[in-house]
Amino acid sequence: MAKHETPLLDQLESGPWPSFVSDMKQEAESRAKNANNINYQIPVDVVEDLLGVLELSYKDGETHWKHGGIVGVFGYGGGVIGRYCDQPENFPGVAHFHTLRVNQPSGKFYTTEYLKQLCDLWELRGSGITNMHGSTGDIIFLGTTTKQLEEIFFELTHNLKQDLGGSGSNLRTPADCIGSARCEYSCYDTQDLCNHLTQEYQDELHRPAFPYKFKFKFDGCPNCCVASIARADMSFIGTWKDDIRIDQESVKAYVAGELKPNAGAHSGRDWGKFDIQKEVIDLCPTKCMRYEDGKLEINNKECTRCMHCINVMPRALRPGKQTGCSILVGAKAPILDGAQMGSLLVPFVEVNKENDYQEIKDVIEAIWDWWMEEGKNRERLGELMKRQGFQKLLEVTGIDPVPQHVQEPRHNPYIFWKEEEVEGGWERDINEFRKHHLR
Amino acid sequence: MALDYEECKQKVLDGIEKKSKSKSKFYFSDLAKMMDAKPREAKKIVTQMVEEGILVFWSSGSTSMYGLKGAGKQSAAEHED
Ligand code: HEM
Ligand code: SF4
Ligand code: SF4
Repeated sequence: MAKHETPLLDQLESGPWPSFVSDMKQEAESRAKNANNINYQIPVDVVEDLLGVLELSYKDGETHWKHGGIVGVFGYGGGVIGRYCDQPENFPGVAHFHTLRVNQPSGKFYTTEYLKQLCDLWELRGSGITNMHGSTGDIIFLGTTTKQLEEIFFELTHNLKQDLGGSGSNLRTPADCIGSARCEYSCYDTQDLCNHLTQEYQDELHRPAFPYKFKFKFDGCPNCCVASIARADMSFIGTWKDDIRIDQESVKAYVAGELKPNAGAHSGRDWGKFDIQKEVIDLCPTKCMRYEDGKLEINNKECTRCMHCINVMPRALRPGKQTGCSILVGAKAPILDGAQMGSLLVPFVEVNKENDYQEIKDVIEAIWDWWMEEGKNRERLGELMKRQGFQKLLEVTGIDPVPQHVQEPRHNPYIFWKEEEVEGGWERDINEFRKHHLR
Repeated sequence: MALDYEECKQKVLDGIEKKSKSKSKFYFSDLAKMMDAKPREAKKIVTQMVEEGILVFWSSGSTSMYGLKGAGKQSAAEHED
């Protein structure tokens, strides 16, 4: 018999989809039974009270959670998000229900052993409910009491060798795609760069001093599996400088129907015979491909690296060999103010492990210096870029304008020069001038 | 030139005191302004003040602020002093 009646939540279990309500009930039951004799450190009925307060919110049409708090582990300004219930008497199990963000391993690689350890820790010292993973990329531990925070932090860092992630006005937990570990498209080692920068910027991750949040995300190629281009203040997207590698024999095999397009991903129904003209050539966004007399040609100068042709015919086409990454900046996906995609800042940079990624760090630090000085409270980098202009961004990063920075033809016909850009400057010697020009 | 910790600390304490009637939480940039320092320098001071237990972090989850330890409603309201 459930502790609280939850008719409105029960309704969410109907229908064909998996339901978080069912998951929570299962966890509530497992805690009540306690088959493994766990010495629970927070109320055993925490999950029941969570269901109860959620039901009440559905009934009242308003939340019963308060906003924010001072909780955390000592010395860290992020990683713990304080959550308190405003109905502690009716739902004592969730009076304190803090969220922990735990830094996920790069590329989200786990052993089952490790996952078990995470779960054991969270059964013992938290609600047992997790979100693997949050949109931030972190392992999310949902719900524990203030007293448990330091204990959990100690066990995480000493036994599980894992750190808390970022929250608040910090560098957020950097997130990457699986990269060259498993993916043949990867143009650089996303995991190494992600891990390296996470270690390098520990201070920025744990001690908030930014105007607002700041996110790094790493994609090994323009397929953008972690959607860095849409939601990171700085996106590192793998790309290549030279030509797409073509294996003409395999192209023929695709055309002849011997190889399945998209590696067979669209095999659910019969789409008819593969038509390279319709499905690849005509869909190239820059129209830089041609298939004639059984030969595929690409005008690589015009290719925007959209990945479409490579995704359709992965056996025939591969990214080039001179690989690196593009850096885009200023994406954000806020609920209130509208989303914004990243803008290309560095078209190509080598991703160079040998010098600890120095070129990349130079760009990062120049941007931080600018944003920390000029950014208003709660202003994301993308907003500062809009307010002060892309030109200003180029100036602070010391990057020369190149055609790739141009998004559209200018709509202002004037060119405003700065004095230092004009030979001789604005000043003139009036006496010298009058020698040649009468009043 | 490195800033003098004691001097900056006093400026921050004075600055917070001046506003204490209306505010218990401050943005990092407010603190930096109080000590009239560049962000990176200010951060070192603020970090030390946190380590000494003078300042505490406050977070909504998305935004971080700083306050004097024990100040404001929250620490009392949640019985966590
Ligand atoms: C209908 C109500 C709610 C909506 C629409 C909502 C929406 C969201 C969304 C979209 C996110 C980002 C998700 C992600 O990063 O994976 C989020 C994160 C979060 N929410 Fe909510 N939320 C709701 C209720 C709550 C409640 C009741 C709590 C706490 C008791 C809460 C605490 C949090 C926390 C701590 C995070 C950050 C954790 C994370 O990164 O996953 N939210 N919420
Ligand atoms: S972003 Fe590219 S490299 Fe990374 S996993 Fe996706 S397809 Fe592979
Ligand atoms: S990657 Fe995209 S832009 Fe480049 S050739 Fe292929 S389809 Fe065209």
